[in-house]
Amino acid sequence: MPTLIVCEHCDTVYQRAPLQPGQRARCLRCAAPLYRADLAPPALLALTLAAAVVFLIANVFPIVSLDLQGSSSQSTLWGAIHAAWDSEVGPVAVLVALTAFFFPLLQILLLGAVLLALRRGGLRRSLLVDALHSLRFLRPWSMVEVFLLGALVAVVKMGALAAVQPRPGLYGFAALTLLLTALNSFDLHRLWECLDE
Amino acid sequence: MSSAAGLPRAADLGLLSCLACGLVCRALPATAAPHCPRCHAPLHRRKPASLSRSWALLIAAAVLYIPANLLPIMQTSTLLYSENDTILSGVLTLWRSGAWDLALIVFVASIVVPLLKIAALATLLLSAGAHSRWRRRERARLYRLIEFIGQWSMLDIFVVALLVALVNFNSVAQVRAGPGAIAFASVVVLTMLASMSFDPRLIWDEPQTGSRA
Ligand SMILES: [Zn+2]
Ligand SMILES: [Zn+2]
Repeated sequence: MPTLIVCEHCDTVYQRAPLQPGQRARCLRCAAPLYRADLAPPALLALTLAAAVVFLIANVFPIVSLDLQGSSSQSTLWGAIHAAWDSEVGPVAVLVALTAFFFPLLQILLLGAVLLALRRGGLRRSLLVDALHSLRFLRPWSMVEVFLLGALVAVVKMGALAAVQPRPGLYGFAALTLLLTALNSFDLHRLWECLDE
Repeated sequence: MSSAAGLPRAADLGLLSCLACGLVCRALPATAAPHCPRCHAPLHRRKPASLSRSWALLIAAAVLYIPANLLPIMQTSTLLYSENDTILSGVLTLWRSGAWDLALIVFVASIVVPLLKIAALATLLLSAGAHSRWRRRERARLYRLIEFIGQWSMLDIFVVALLVALVNFNSVAQVRAGPGAIAFASVVVLTMLASMSFDPRLIWDEPQTGSRA
């Protein structure tokens, strides 16, 4: 019954009504957002490609550099993961690697693949189904925005100890945060509907 | 909310909604374990064993919250001194260095949010288990807030990982991560899992409708 929509938060049933751009439908019973007028898939694809480029920049360049009595150090995200691993807190290193690196990367790749496949076909339906399920699973565990705030806190904390300078990687993460926030506000149910069309 | 009182609910109409893809299907009593025709995810009226799973994860999180706060999450050593920082002492250090705004952010993300999440989830689980009608809209809103803020508690974990990577000048100054970081990371993950296991539809279920978890 594709014309019906059920609120995930309270089980109330609604008849779907068309929305104007920028509008969103809210549940009358529990006030949870139901659905919204979203970006069209081509715009989403453009955002996804931009996110892929920015992801590369954010991870290739160091995030911050530090000068202390003539010696200096700098680190990328991957450097931080490596250092946490060497610091005998392996589980923490794994968690940082997953939430700040692998999950966001996987999100970008899967979303790009799904959008391209919906546009020109070619991918098996069962693969698309798996990709969309994975995207739903990844969403809460992808934490680029939290990592960005963490980097800013780290910069200030070290400022007391040494001369700290932000590096291009930090700006990369700022841009990536904006792009992923836009991508994550997209309603994945829309893509499931595209699958049927 | 008299306007919402008469709105039909899927369980009452014999409908099932797929949490994965949003498709609404008719519940066929004949099929024991129905699956979504569009995405093949298993369909349930309510998340299975929602309350007991959520309780188990929440209790584990609450237990780990203690070592997460007592054990050092990082150790700073310089030529002059060596100090162990717990989450709270890290906040105090930030505060004393004059960065009160960041101290506040870290305090909220690392101390207030996990505590609030544990307390709020316990409230939701108790009241949903008792089929309470008390402040349902507010409880629904509380659940959405918990879902939204959950991941921000990871903040301190990222800070520690970056400091360990950067402050690495051998004998002059070095930062290492401590065992508290593992306990703290576990608390964040467990509370996120606990809130995902909770089914917010239980807030609205009357005793006779909706299967108990
Ligand atoms: Zn609702
Ligand atoms: Zn489905």
